[in-house]
Amino acid sequence: MPESAIEQVRESLDALYRAESGRILATLIRLLSDFDLAEDAMQDAFAAALDRWPQDGVPANPRAWLVSTGRFKAIDTLRRRARFDASQEKIAEQLETEPPDGVVGEDGSVEDDRLRLIFTCCHPALAAEARVALTLREVCGLTTEEIARAFLTGAPTLAQRIVRAKTKIREARIPYQVPSPEELPERIGAVLQVVYLVFNEGYSASSGASLTRADLSAEAIRLGRLLVELLPEPEVMGLLALMLLQESRRAARTSPTGELVLLEQQNRSLWNRLQIAEGVQLVERALSSRRFGPYTLQAAMAAVHSEAVDSGATDWPQIVALYGALMQAAPSPIVELNRAVAVAMRDGPEAGLTLIDALLARGDLENYHLAHSARADLCRRLGRTAEARSAYERALTLTRLEPERRFLEKRLRELGVGSGVK
Amino acid sequence: MKYICLGYIEPGKFENLAETERNALMDECCTYDDELRKNGHFAGGEALQGPQSAATLRWQEGKASVTDGPYAETKEQLGGILILEARDLNHAIQLMSKHPGVKVGPFEIRPAADLGEMVRGSELRRAAAKTK
Repeated sequence: MPESAIEQVRESLDALYRAESGRILATLIRLLSDFDLAEDAMQDAFAAALDRWPQDGVPANPRAWLVSTGRFKAIDTLRRRARFDASQEKIAEQLETEPPDGVVGEDGSVEDDRLRLIFTCCHPALAAEARVALTLREVCGLTTEEIARAFLTGAPTLAQRIVRAKTKIREARIPYQVPSPEELPERIGAVLQVVYLVFNEGYSASSGASLTRADLSAEAIRLGRLLVELLPEPEVMGLLALMLLQESRRAARTSPTGELVLLEQQNRSLWNRLQIAEGVQLVERALSSRRFGPYTLQAAMAAVHSEAVDSGATDWPQIVALYGALMQAAPSPIVELNRAVAVAMRDGPEAGLTLIDALLARGDLENYHLAHSARADLCRRLGRTAEARSAYERALTLTRLEPERRFLEKRLRELGVGSGVK
Repeated sequence: MKYICLGYIEPGKFENLAETERNALMDECCTYDDELRKNGHFAGGEALQGPQSAATLRWQEGKASVTDGPYAETKEQLGGILILEARDLNHAIQLMSKHPGVKVGPFEIRPAADLGEMVRGSELRRAAAKTK
């Protein structure tokens, strides 16, 4: 057999793994009712493909071939184990006689399998960190080592987290199913939270291995797309829109030297127009459903910003209205703070400052650095230099992120020289 | 990706098993190794003779000198190695946790280090030295 044929098959198998392993694993777990057995079976099926396809050629439906080969491999495995553990024989027999319904699967059942897998990996009974790790490994097909690198954790720690989560799934008998309609809204919430956590892990970091971190955002968007395809609920679309619209600004939000650039100062020609167009379209679909929630509202705000040629041309009244709606859907002091900043843009710094001072007086955001830096910024605009300085200094003592520290220090230096006039 | 699995065992533990138990364990291990082999996960492996059969080579006072044994104080000694072909660390853990050998002693699983870059660097240095 020529080396080149093997090489070719290896390459197409790598691509197939990336694109289809989530689907194949999802179906095998349903067929075999065992996470670990299914994973072994899938690995064995890919190994068998590498052995056979260079001679036999790539089958017409590679996914179906891999699923049915995996199923037979699992039956083989159980048979071999039965020599030492008789109970395995019964399981093997049962698997063999069961009609292989949905092995190849009309697309409907296969798509349901993927949803089952996502809901199982994001089950609320699992620790939050474990949900993220499990989803990236089982649904996205990332290796333990890749996930560990992206999250700046050691591979052994992450491996243990995954082992424990799988044990929990087995021992707590977490069902392999899409939740009932009554449970669905809450369970979707848990899934979306995992996806957004993955996205933010890749988006907010701007130091260290920034390249692998950006890959995490791409992975989250891929997951978001998959979810929209499988479960086109308004908030699912809203989250994908939000991620796309934030991601569209990636190139503009850091300077070539790695400094943070605020929305107001960003070079908007660097924004990714394709991502914006896709995001805006999704927001419109979600909004028209009238069943939207916090993700859609945040995406809608991001869309308003995306449509403005500069900060001054932004439709601030609409942003303020959207924050008002968000405060009803998901009230929090941080949302209130953001609304105050939007009010300042609409009605002037004085109006915003009044709201922020009232908010700080309540004490909720006393230790939140962005509240103090927002206050500082409004004071600066009003020419109240001394107040601005002490607020920037307070913010500086509260933040640990290096780019933010540099940004605040820069603002402080600028205050030192001039008279506080812009 | 290759993972080196270092199997540790108390000296004499295997030898001191009753014959039927020892045979059963041996059969289980061989069966499982065959299973690994069949699915392309077994990339090599050897059992080791006891530590009393070992010679240790060390650089001392400008030359290599030999002593016997590793003189380790630990109860468990390296008893064998298995080279595993697995997709990632969790896959390796999964494969080895079903290995019957884990019942008699712990396995340490270490990913093989990729020295490709260093080896290529060395090749370049040596090639450059030759042309000088």
